[in-house]
Amino acid sequence: MADTDASTDDAATAEEAPPEQAETSHGVPVETTPAGQVVLHPGRDDLHRVAHELRDEGYWQCLDLCGVDYLTHPNRPALPIGVQPERFEVVVVLMSHTDRVRIRLRVQVPEEDATCPSLFAIHPGVEAPEREVFDLFGISFDGHPDMTRILLPEDWNGHPLRKDYASGRIPVQFKTAGTGG
Amino acid sequence: MTAISHARELDAALAHLTGDDSVLRMSAAEAEAADGYRPGTEEGVGDRMIVNMGPQHPSTHGVLRLVLELDGEVITRSKPVIGYLHTGMEKTGEELTYVQGATNVTRMDYASPLFSELAFSLATESLLGIEVPERAQWIRMLMCELNRLSSHMLFVATNGMDLGAVGMMIYGWREREEVLRFLEMVTGLRMNHNYIRPGGVAADLPPGWADELRRILEPLPDRLDEFDILMDGQPIWRERLQGVGVITAEECLALGTTGPILRSTGYAWDLRRDMPYLRYDDVDFDVCVGTYGDCFDRYAIRLAEIAESIRIIRQILDKMPAGNYRIQDKKVTPPPRARIDESMEALIHHFKIFTEGFKVPEGETYVAVESPRGELGCYIVSDGSGKPYRMHVRGPSFVNLQTLPHLMKGSLLADTVAIISSVDPIMGEVDR
Repeated sequence: MADTDASTDDAATAEEAPPEQAETSHGVPVETTPAGQVVLHPGRDDLHRVAHELRDEGYWQCLDLCGVDYLTHPNRPALPIGVQPERFEVVVVLMSHTDRVRIRLRVQVPEEDATCPSLFAIHPGVEAPEREVFDLFGISFDGHPDMTRILLPEDWNGHPLRKDYASGRIPVQFKTAGTGG
Repeated sequence: MTAISHARELDAALAHLTGDDSVLRMSAAEAEAADGYRPGTEEGVGDRMIVNMGPQHPSTHGVLRLVLELDGEVITRSKPVIGYLHTGMEKTGEELTYVQGATNVTRMDYASPLFSELAFSLATESLLGIEVPERAQWIRMLMCELNRLSSHMLFVATNGMDLGAVGMMIYGWREREEVLRFLEMVTGLRMNHNYIRPGGVAADLPPGWADELRRILEPLPDRLDEFDILMDGQPIWRERLQGVGVITAEECLALGTTGPILRSTGYAWDLRRDMPYLRYDDVDFDVCVGTYGDCFDRYAIRLAEIAESIRIIRQILDKMPAGNYRIQDKKVTPPPRARIDESMEALIHHFKIFTEGFKVPEGETYVAVESPRGELGCYIVSDGSGKPYRMHVRGPSFVNLQTLPHLMKGSLLADTVAIISSVDPIMGEVDR
C-alpha cells in the first residue's frame, strides 16, 4: 500500500484523482457498472490483502467464485487504467450483510501461468467453487487444500469451459472407450 | 452486533473450517489405502472405517455420493462427491441465444425452475438496461411464490419419507400436485416451464386464474396444521431431528451458505426483504428464522415459509395490476400472433427474434434472487452479440452442500439421511 494511491485509500473516494488515473479503492482500480454494481480489479498479488480488508469491513460472505475465458473476446469493455487484460479472469462475489451490498472482484490470470491465490483461508466456502474453476478452466489455486476435479471424472482430458474446447469436438469420454472393453 | 466483534467470531469459525478435521480430502485410492479393515480377516478391526454411500441411494435426492469415515457408528470425517449429473449447462448456455437461454437454465434446479429463469432474465434485463412492466413483475412474483410453495412441499414430503414418515410423502405430494396443476394451467408445463423470459413472461395469466388459485389456497392452512400435528406432535419425529446436524451462523457465513440453512441459525437474511427485487417491497411477509441451527429448525422454517408464501400470494391476488405482461420494446419482444397474419414486417420481426435473438450490450453483471434453497445468482458476460459470452449460475445447492461434512461430524451414521434431507440439495443444480 506504499504506492501513490495509498493517500486516497482511507477516504475511499478518489474524486480528486487526475482523470488519466483510475479510481481506486483498497489500493486497486475500481469501477461501477451501468447497473450500479461495484467491481474491484485486484492483481493476483493484491487479492488476499483486498479480501482480508473487505472482510474486516463487513464483507463476511463469499457468495460466488467463477472463471471466464476471454480468448475470443480479448477486447472486453475497457478495463480501468492500470489493469492488464489477460486471457482468464477469476470473478469473486462478496456480500456485506450490514450494508446490504455486493462487491465483485475481477482478477486477471494469464494463460501461461494459470494460477491464482486461493481464498480458502479467508472464505472456506470457496472450496467447491475453486475446484469447479480448476475443473472447467484449468486455473489452479495456490493454497487450496484439495485441488482436484469436482464435476468431471478424475481422468478427463481438457477443461470444457475454455473457449478453445468446442462442444462436440471430441466423442464422449468413458473409461472403457477405446480399450475394446 | 458490530462488524468487528462478528469478524472475531468468524475467525474462530475459520480456525476449524479450514482444518482437516471434518472434511475427508482424499482420492479414492488414498481412501482405500487408509481403510485398515480387510473383510474376512482380523486385520484392521477396530480401526476407522471408510464407507461409500451412494450415488444410487434413495435418500440422496438424485445422485449424491458421500465418502464417510466412521469410528464405530460415529462419523468423523466425510466428503460429498458430485458431478454425476454434470451435463455442461454453462457451456450449452454460451451457444444459446438469450431468448433460448431460459429453456436451458430452467433445467438446473428442477424443483424450483422458475427461480433460475428469473435470475437469468433479471441478469439479461440488467445488461439491456430495461425494466419489465408492472404486471409482469407481479406475475413473476406470483409464480415464484407458488413455486416456492411447491418446492417446500416437495421438501416436506421427501423429508418425511427419508425419516420413515411415509404418510407425509403422500400428503406433501398431494399439495404439490395441486400447485403444479396451476403452474401447468398458466405455463403449459408442470416443470421446466420456460415461462419467465427476458422482457417479461411468456403469456398472460389465463382467464379464471384467480378463482382457481383461491380454490387451491383455501384448504392449505388447515393442511399445514395437519402436518404440524402429524410431524411436530410426534416424539419420534422430534427425537430424530432436534439437536441433529447443528451449525452456527458464523460457520454458515464462512461457508457461503444461504437460505433456510443460514436462517435456521437465527440469522435473519432473506434477499426478498433485505435486497428486494420485483415488488417484494409492496407485500408484507415475515422472514422465518430458527434458533438452534439443527435439522428440526430447517424443517420448521420451510414449513413456516409455506405459510408466508400463502400470505404473499393472497396479497398478490388482491394487488395484481392490469397492463402488459411483457415489455413493449420491439427489440426484445416478438410481435403478437395476430399481427403476423396481417403484416410482412411483423413476420420478419418474429422470425429474426426467434432465430438470431436480440443483441445485448457489452458488459458483465451478477444478479441474484432468493430461491427456496438460498441465493441463486446469475453472472453473465456479454460480448455484444445475441448469445451470452459466459453464463454462470451460482446454485445455492452447490454451495450449501459444503456444509454436509460439518453438519455430520460427530453424528451417528443413522442421522446421515436426516442431515442430507435437511440441506435439501437438488442435484441438477449442484452439477449443472
